[in-house]
Amino acid sequence: MTRSPIQLPQARGFLQTQRTDYWWIQPILVLLGLGGFVVYSTWAAFQGCNYFIGGVDQPGVQRLLSPFYSPVLWDPPGIHSGHAWFGQLPSWWPAWMFFSPALLILPFPAGFRFTCYYYRGAYYKAFWGDPVNCAVGEPGFRGKNYRGEQKFPLIMQNIHRYFLYVAVVFIGLLSWDAFAALWHYNADGTRSFGVSVGSLVLILNPIFLSMYTFGCHCMRHFVGGKNDCLSCSMDGGGAYKKVTWLNQRHMLFAWISLFGVALTDIYVRMCANGTWSDWRIL
Amino acid sequence: MSTPTSQSKPVDESRSVQFRVWRGNKDGGEFVNYQVNVTEGMVLLDCVHRIQAEQAPDLACRWNCKAGKCGSCSAEINGKPSLMCMTRMDTLPKDKVVTVEPMRSFPSIRDLVTDVSWNFRVKKTIKPFKPRKPDNADGSWTMFQQDIDRVQEFRKCIECFLCQDVCHVIRDHQKADEFIGPRFLMYTAALEMHPLDTEDRVGDLKNRDGIGYCNITKCCTKVCPEHIGITDNAIIPMKERVVDQFYDPLTRLFRMFKGK
Repeated sequence: MTRSPIQLPQARGFLQTQRTDYWWIQPILVLLGLGGFVVYSTWAAFQGCNYFIGGVDQPGVQRLLSPFYSPVLWDPPGIHSGHAWFGQLPSWWPAWMFFSPALLILPFPAGFRFTCYYYRGAYYKAFWGDPVNCAVGEPGFRGKNYRGEQKFPLIMQNIHRYFLYVAVVFIGLLSWDAFAALWHYNADGTRSFGVSVGSLVLILNPIFLSMYTFGCHCMRHFVGGKNDCLSCSMDGGGAYKKVTWLNQRHMLFAWISLFGVALTDIYVRMCANGTWSDWRIL
Repeated sequence: MSTPTSQSKPVDESRSVQFRVWRGNKDGGEFVNYQVNVTEGMVLLDCVHRIQAEQAPDLACRWNCKAGKCGSCSAEINGKPSLMCMTRMDTLPKDKVVTVEPMRSFPSIRDLVTDVSWNFRVKKTIKPFKPRKPDNADGSWTMFQQDIDRVQEFRKCIECFLCQDVCHVIRDHQKADEFIGPRFLMYTAALEMHPLDTEDRVGDLKNRDGIGYCNITKCCTKVCPEHIGITDNAIIPMKERVVDQFYDPLTRLFRMFKGK
């Protein structure tokens, strides 16, 4: 490069700033919000039980499945959720290895959120102090050794679009769960339509997740952002406009959907362990 | 019937505000305190001018339009990179000292004036606009407003370099030799997204301009006085194009089959 080097002023020390506003509130809120979610979801994933209600043995109860456990590939031994694609845990699963259906599922939505452009900016600040906040001094040990996303390991964040593909599939699966939540078993084993508070909770969950997923920056790139000529696309740029609208609210939907999915799990879990009952509306 | 009286709003009385203004040069400096009477409607640049007029005629400060369009009076006000001419005094906390210092990411020349020439040198290294052949016999092109909207947002930039100042890659990590900063990532995006442009700058963005150093903290977007969506509308779309070209095997395969 032909540009001559610049003699920059001395960088400020850790947390040094002239800012007089409450700049520390935002990273602390993110730390608590994201940290709390990670702790709760990890705990819930390792429970391996209380993730559904409304099985054949619960006539009249709407069929609710926690989004942390959907899709259920195998049920753990002794549990018959009625949602498992392949039935009971196969015999080849090592007996010494702990099993919870959620552990096979959660890495995908977790990867989608971890590599999300919004979350990256948020947790780099809140968890790694890189920077702690705008115009606030960073921990000095990184200094010129900073690698950002230019080099390994954070260069791997570029995998985000592949997690998006999986996330779109998950929207479909969770929408199916929402549909299933509109049904319950009768005493004779047949199914009937019904609506409960849990049904509504499971319907809202994929809606919030869709608002977040379809507003993703990668999605915006795919539906037109990659082209210099937006009007040349088949829909004349209509999809790009809609995704842009969602993308402008990406942070909002990121948080709503994050808490939404956690609250959905809490609702189902509380129903399943008997803390409260799912209230039938219809 | 009562006599009509003037309905003008009551005017705030002037109040005395204490300023801490950084005085110095590239060898060092210190904050100097000044007391200024502030009246309704004043912006911070007015206060600096009042200090110059009444207390410190040698105080150096760069300014020009006083309308937020020339990008000259960039500074850090209470630690936040801002334009002095667009910072109304009634938006700052009352009864508190106001700190004014130069942009901290550029070499100091004197007092509030910094040397921003590095930015102009960076700009010269970016491949210029290279339009396709004209669409029409009279040498003109046909474009739709929808296709140029994205680029026009970036053309609002007034080159105040507040985004460069706040970017931690330059400010804290001092990567100015490997990273061109948000202003020029956006400038490249404006050229790269232009419907007439035929040049390819994506390789430069990855290999030479250090787009990977941006970790999307959005500080540049927050300080932009023109409210340009620098991160969401310029940098991230360029990161995605870099992924297309260098990191995504499926896209590369697809491109190979399409013969591009």
